[in-house]
Amino acid sequence: MINIVIIDDEPLARQIIIEYLSYRNDICILQECNNGFEGIKAIMQFKPDLIFLDIQMPKINGFEMLELCEEKPGVIFTTAFDEYALKAFELNAVDYLLKPFNKERFDNALNKWIEFSEKKHPQLEVQNLLNHINSNNDTHRIVVKNGTQIRIIPIHEIIFLEAYDDYVKINVNDGTFIKKQTMSYYENQLNSNQFLRVHRSFLVQLNQITKVEPFEKNGHIAILKNGARIPLSRSGYAKLKDVLGL
Amino acid sequence: MPLFIWWLFWSICQTIIIHRLGFTWQVSLIDAAVSNLIFALAGFVTQSTYKFYSPGNENRLFRLIYGIALSVICIWLIEFSLSYIFSENLSYLSFLESSSLIRALFALLMITFVTIISWLFYYIEEKQKSNQRKSEAEILLRAAELASLRQQLQPHFLFNSLNSISSLAGSKPEEARKMIQLLSDFLRGTLKKEDEQMLKLQDEITHLKLYLEIEKVRFGYRLNTNIQVDENCLELKLPGLLLQPVIENAIKFGLYNTLEAIEITVKAQLKNNLLVIEICNPFDEINHSEKKGEGFGLGSLQRRLELLYNRKDLLEINKENQLFLTRIKIPQTK
Repeated sequence: MINIVIIDDEPLARQIIIEYLSYRNDICILQECNNGFEGIKAIMQFKPDLIFLDIQMPKINGFEMLELCEEKPGVIFTTAFDEYALKAFELNAVDYLLKPFNKERFDNALNKWIEFSEKKHPQLEVQNLLNHINSNNDTHRIVVKNGTQIRIIPIHEIIFLEAYDDYVKINVNDGTFIKKQTMSYYENQLNSNQFLRVHRSFLVQLNQITKVEPFEKNGHIAILKNGARIPLSRSGYAKLKDVLGL
Repeated sequence: MPLFIWWLFWSICQTIIIHRLGFTWQVSLIDAAVSNLIFALAGFVTQSTYKFYSPGNENRLFRLIYGIALSVICIWLIEFSLSYIFSENLSYLSFLESSSLIRALFALLMITFVTIISWLFYYIEEKQKSNQRKSEAEILLRAAELASLRQQLQPHFLFNSLNSISSLAGSKPEEARKMIQLLSDFLRGTLKKEDEQMLKLQDEITHLKLYLEIEKVRFGYRLNTNIQVDENCLELKLPGLLLQPVIENAIKFGLYNTLEAIEITVKAQLKNNLLVIEICNPFDEINHSEKKGEGFGLGSLQRRLELLYNRKDLLEINKENQLFLTRIKIPQTK
């Protein structure tokens, strides 16, 4: 039995998937979800084998939702049109369906996925796809999850990022969030005129810095608007001086 | 500049004429300089007047009276200042008296000339500006048309609608047929009205309703609409393709920025000879992230209204209590 969750904000789009699935007897539909928030809840709760996932959805899109899943299920994307995403699907061998699709195509995609998942780990392809999508897109917000709560952080609200084992700690005015990512990922992703890697473990939003002070011998620290004290590495201090034109 | 050369030319002519009548160079020069300086002043006043107030063709009488009045003032000023300067020179004073009629006529001629020139100048300038506005409005209309066509062919809208039809065809064939009808009527509507610039509100609302009906089929219970159009507004006219982009924005921000069911309200009223159309949708201020370069935004709408009606106050935007209100005013000519 393949356990399935369907995530799409249009009821009729979900309905046709249910209809096509009803012809098969190796399928169990666990839940239908209206949006990514419901989607992530269902994925955490039921741990499905496969999800059908729309891309354009309210508040967070399909990719952002997937990124929040720690254990990624198998995915067949369903989308009306997204030139850019299609290219990424092709490159990463992720299954997708273009709306509207007929039963034959639907079955093809599903059978292909079943065949593929028996041999390999489809999760890996999904992760590659997400990396591909992110690295080619301008980041203007970061979606994070704190327990069951999902929060969308616009880039300008980030004060600084801090390395935290395999995670990155995102500091905003009213708290911190952690996200499984690397520092160098965010260093590449965020605009270098806005964020500066002042230390191996710190990436700071430049307009948050109020003061730079000497610290111990030969060292420096930056003091931020919220009072946080951020150590500067030697090269970080040099870069900062350069950017601020000192 | 041409006026200055004109002025210099007449000053020299006048100096020579007066000198030949038997006065010294000095007297002739002062006479010419004083009279022409006052003319120049009058010319400047005329020009400034026309800069701020440009009488139409129907106001010839105004221009004539204005010219005569200005000439009388000029002559009085010239005679007063010259007789003051040359109060000792008796032969000059008698010449001044005898030449006053000629001077008056000459002043009238000069001022009429300057009046006509400056009126013509500003008239042409005004005309050029309005032509420019008109052609820019035209260009923006074309852009709006293109954006709207692109919207209809917008893959998301079209393919998702087709997907809904495909879904309905299996479960509710009758509804699928209805949806095909809606989509066809909507697409036909946009193709038809392409060339008309001013449209009846009634027709625009019918078209909008088609669009909203299609979106309602797609989004189900999440999308609700409330359309209130006053009876006396139905026949009023408005520029084409003005409301469509606003409704699209309302749907985009309403449906994609919130998770709940939403209501989009459209209201039309006639107030002080203005057709006032209000479009209201909920939106989430906190998570509202503006994507640039998408569709035909409010900025170009504002510009289009400005070009069409030469007014900047026809578009109002209000964000309050998680509601986004767009108010468009269309001046109605009787």
